[in-house]
Amino acid sequence: MSENILTPEEIIKTGELVFKKTKLMTDAELSYCPGCGHGVAHRITMEVIEELGLEEQTIGIAPVGCSVLAYEFMNVDMQEAAHGRAPALATGIKRVYPNKTVFTYQGDGDLAAIGTAETIHACNRGENITIIFINNGIYGMTGGQMAPTTLPGMNSSTSPYGRDVHTMGYPLKITELVAMLPGTSYVTRQAVHKPGLVRKAKKAIKKAFELQMENKGTSFVEIVSNCNSGWKMTPVESNEWLDKNMLDYYPLGDLKG
Amino acid sequence: MAKVRGAIVVDTERCKGCNLCVVACPTKVIELNDIVNGKGYHPAFPARHEDCTGCMNCATVCPDMCITVYRLKPQK
Repeated sequence: MSENILTPEEIIKTGELVFKKTKLMTDAELSYCPGCGHGVAHRITMEVIEELGLEEQTIGIAPVGCSVLAYEFMNVDMQEAAHGRAPALATGIKRVYPNKTVFTYQGDGDLAAIGTAETIHACNRGENITIIFINNGIYGMTGGQMAPTTLPGMNSSTSPYGRDVHTMGYPLKITELVAMLPGTSYVTRQAVHKPGLVRKAKKAIKKAFELQMENKGTSFVEIVSNCNSGWKMTPVESNEWLDKNMLDYYPLGDLKG
Repeated sequence: MAKVRGAIVVDTERCKGCNLCVVACPTKVIELNDIVNGKGYHPAFPARHEDCTGCMNCATVCPDMCITVYRLKPQK
């Protein structure tokens, strides 16, 4: 019974440190809304780079969107790209420095809207880069407008009566699209709204970086995430909504590799 | 039966009070505090630390990396 009288201070002093913020995330406070999935996605990406020992040779490409300030938070070499052009910039960097590990971190407005051409052609050429794609089904930073990935019937500020697929088209499953291309080595869809799914997503990102180190071609990790501000919900409600609605249209799991 | 004991430390000024750790905790250790931090949020705190097992679920879902987890294995 002796352990029952331990105070938290004693556990902290004598116990094992099992989790602390990785040093590859800077101490800058994240500019994201409370409960946003970007924070978790940033953290697991940086933890994977730390575990693989790649911090000295990694170059990240920051997108335009909510995560435009990713270079402030990720403590590796970063480069900002023009809107949607992160895969093109990553191609250039990887071709000049083939021994570096290059990844892009993009949202759905960046990767699946303005940057569709760059994404598809970089994947089709099989560039040895890792693409991390955060899909929250909305343009979060500009005020919750409809994105190509917005679900049918989903409300946004530019589709206030819900997305009507007859006039506004169907949501773009860009991950399925790039999975069909011969240049991609590993295509997967993950989520970060539950502890178990975060651990799975981290494993997927690790596999993506390992395949890049083996020069196997483009590795593409989609992370289905929430946007509680854009969806007009609390963080907990938005995660429940994501679990109930988003995962039917965007099923989790490996699509290739 | 001796159980694994854990402890968490929450960076109160960094916390944005999103409540995700409260929902993720399997033993309902964490609650949001009534006090308000410098950013105007109610930060999370371990209200029932004696139930903590150091499972890291709270730290895994925390988007702002506010939580540090310690764990103490039972002594034989």
